[in-house]
Amino acid sequence: MVAYAARRLLWMLVVLLGVSVVTFCMLYVIPGDPARLLAGPSASPQAIANIRHHLGLEGSLASRYGLWLWHLAHGDLGTSFKYQVPVLDSILQRLPATAFLAGAGLLCELLIGIPIGIIAAVRPYTWLDRCLTLFSLLGVTAPSFWLGLLLLYWVAFRWHLVPLGGYGGLDHVLLPALTIGLAGGAWYARLLRAGMLDTLQSDFIRTARAKGLSGRRVVLRHALPNALLPVVTQIGLDMGSLLSGVLIVEVVFGWPGVGNWAWTAVQNLDYPVVLGTVLVSAVAISLCNLAVDLIYPLLDPRVEHED
Amino acid sequence: MARRIVAGLHTPSHREDSEELSAAQQGQAEWRLALRRLRRNPMAMVGLTLVVFLVALAIVGPLLAPHDPNMQFDAGLDDNGNPIAYSPHFLLGTDTLGRDQLSRIIYGARISLTAGVLANGLAMAVGLAVGLVAGYWGGWIGALLMRLTDVMLAFPGLVFAMALVTVLGPSLQTIIVIIAATVWSSMARIIRAQVLSIKRRDYIEAARALGVSDTGILVRHVLPQLVGVVIVYLTLNIAGTILLEAGLSYLGLGIQVPTSDWGAMLSGGQSYFQSAPWLFLYPGLALMITVLGFNLLGDGLRDAIDPRAQRR
Repeated sequence: MVAYAARRLLWMLVVLLGVSVVTFCMLYVIPGDPARLLAGPSASPQAIANIRHHLGLEGSLASRYGLWLWHLAHGDLGTSFKYQVPVLDSILQRLPATAFLAGAGLLCELLIGIPIGIIAAVRPYTWLDRCLTLFSLLGVTAPSFWLGLLLLYWVAFRWHLVPLGGYGGLDHVLLPALTIGLAGGAWYARLLRAGMLDTLQSDFIRTARAKGLSGRRVVLRHALPNALLPVVTQIGLDMGSLLSGVLIVEVVFGWPGVGNWAWTAVQNLDYPVVLGTVLVSAVAISLCNLAVDLIYPLLDPRVEHED
Repeated sequence: MARRIVAGLHTPSHREDSEELSAAQQGQAEWRLALRRLRRNPMAMVGLTLVVFLVALAIVGPLLAPHDPNMQFDAGLDDNGNPIAYSPHFLLGTDTLGRDQLSRIIYGARISLTAGVLANGLAMAVGLAVGLVAGYWGGWIGALLMRLTDVMLAFPGLVFAMALVTVLGPSLQTIIVIIAATVWSSMARIIRAQVLSIKRRDYIEAARALGVSDTGILVRHVLPQLVGVVIVYLTLNIAGTILLEAGLSYLGLGIQVPTSDWGAMLSGGQSYFQSAPWLFLYPGLALMITVLGFNLLGDGLRDAIDPRAQRR
């Protein structure tokens, strides 16, 4: 287990190195002068020369990458030219808001997805199942930014149930989290339903029923843990989608997180911030994937680490 | 947006019940069976109808649209200069510049489908090439390519696409390339998994023993087996690609004004969502119907081509 974790950690470092190469390429292999890009449209020639020197743009591609990586290793992701603040600090400052929203969103996904998946699988091919299937189909297909606006319009504006926007406690996070949760929950409901239908037909379920266990106990204690496994895997794989979803929902609701910050940076052509958010989000996703991989064998003892 | 990608699809093979048929006849029979299964699936037929309708709309839209989508009508604004929710002239209302919403939505179908189909086709071409090489030959080049997909999958799609737009600048062409750059890696992994399973089958071994070259095996025996998977994922992924394009345009990073694009219309309508909800309601509805159509058709195709595949 320890050896496996070490190997996975090492492997993650390789992926992160790859991530850094791709990010570096986005900035430095594109046509145009990166120093001019970084300095911004209104920079003086002196400022551009400074940046070129600071980035070591005079050297070869490899030495430039080395220097960039060196800065990176020291937590130096550059300075936002629009706001003159260190990029890493500006991102870390907004990370709690994004983590809060992502966590609340994931919780909503599970609170919506798991009950729907179970109910649909326990009563398959009935009108209830069809209604829930239709609901999850609509949830999967509705664009999140549209869903968010719909919720804002009805729940916040017409019914006055929650505030129209802003950052704060539970009443503020409810709508953005629900927007994320409806789409993701619908998707996990479909996955779980398929998994439950398979599991409910297996021999050990028949045995459990034959023992005279109650239907509820068979479903919740015997079938559900097995059917949840592929869902857990998928949640790990979906971290990128979750973050993308959080980003767009942050913009819809004006949530002061990393996504909104990245969006502002894109509009200001603030390259250091844009690339910083790309890098930080890739690191976050890799860490989540690692966590899921390490948790998985605890949930399913049959899984062996062969890779 | 990559949530809909499910690995582990199998290609059709019903070898046991058709031993006396030639390979070509057998292939035809399988496709005929698949087509019959597709026709009997009502949800898939709904999806097919929606997709055909949308494609027709994109092609003959200019003939159907009641107005010029960029025409700013004086009659399109009320006495206070506000957009109209409905009038016999403007069935879906007008926007803040007095332009006809219905016409703009009809023209928007063209942009959405063009971006969806081209970006997806490009991504599939790259994914197919990478997946074939990595799956068939493997070796260090295959390993390298797969590590590259690992790296690509570590980026959240939307953030990566956003950064690329910042660097390259927004236009329909760059959006297509950027979306393809964002989604090719998951296609490559699916294709590779398929090739790996096909490669181990007996008839590939037999062909190799007969002295058929690698290219011959790939073209005559591996590629035909991939047609089903490619069709299924092209259809399913068009839905995701269209959503990604609309998302980028919603963020102001995709199609630029005054071109009518659903995502851009939504973003324009957002500031007026309290006073003029129809401005965001209809473009989103159009988007949802499009995505629904491609998803239903894709699901149906997968069930038809491989009835044993796990239903999602």
